[in-house]
Amino acid sequence: MKKQSFRSDLSRAKGLGSAGHGSEHWMAQRITAVALIPLVIWLIYSILNLIGADYEQFTTWLSQPLNAILMILFVIASLYHAMLGSQVVVEDYIHNKKLKMFKLIGQKLFFFAIGITCIFSILKIALA
Amino acid sequence: MSDIFKKQRPLSPHLQVYKPQMTSVMSIMHRFAGIALSVGSLLLVWLLLAAATGPEAYNIFMVFAGSLLGQFMLFGWTLALYFHLCNGIRHLFWDVGYLFDLKNAYRAGYLVLAATYILTIGTWYCVLYH
Repeated sequence: MKKQSFRSDLSRAKGLGSAGHGSEHWMAQRITAVALIPLVIWLIYSILNLIGADYEQFTTWLSQPLNAILMILFVIASLYHAMLGSQVVVEDYIHNKKLKMFKLIGQKLFFFAIGITCIFSILKIALA
Repeated sequence: MSDIFKKQRPLSPHLQVYKPQMTSVMSIMHRFAGIALSVGSLLLVWLLLAAATGPEAYNIFMVFAGSLLGQFMLFGWTLALYFHLCNGIRHLFWDVGYLFDLKNAYRAGYLVLAATYILTIGTWYCVLYH
């Protein structure tokens, strides 16, 4: 290949681009998307079976190890997917630099906070 | 010189001159559905936190979920979820290089709309007649 740019061979081989993190964000969005296909089907099926469940029935259901594990996996995959997606939306449409930074940091903290809330709640019920 | 040109320069996507097409409308709907689902995930957070807190908190959630506003939000959640799920699979096909020609992009688009409709109606049929 004829060298036409100022990029070094190492930079080209790493393929990370000017921002330094290349395709990681894109790939993580796709991996969580694929993981969410079966998880969403499981969640909908479970919710339909739980319609009208009282407190006792719901907590008994969630304390089954398989249900607790799948719920934690769903929470992590969906919130991570949502965090990556809303980051792109803010990057695309918010042009004020300060507001953009504020929203990007804010929503990252927000998704971590509700993720921890969900996982703690699931574990409290499952391990009670 | 640069000041004058900056003011007169049109903004790049220049959306208002384009006729809305099914592909472009579905593309922006995918984002709207994603944002709606992010907000809707708060319902799941509420449910899990309430169940971890105790029977009273759980019952408050169940009363809200059964109310008119709650049912409306849950209906919107299923609609957005099925659309984002089906259209997301269409996007994954594009990511691995399929369905790029115009005919198949449209075919898959109509398939997504039909699947969203059937799954949403089917789910709420199960909800109402379970």
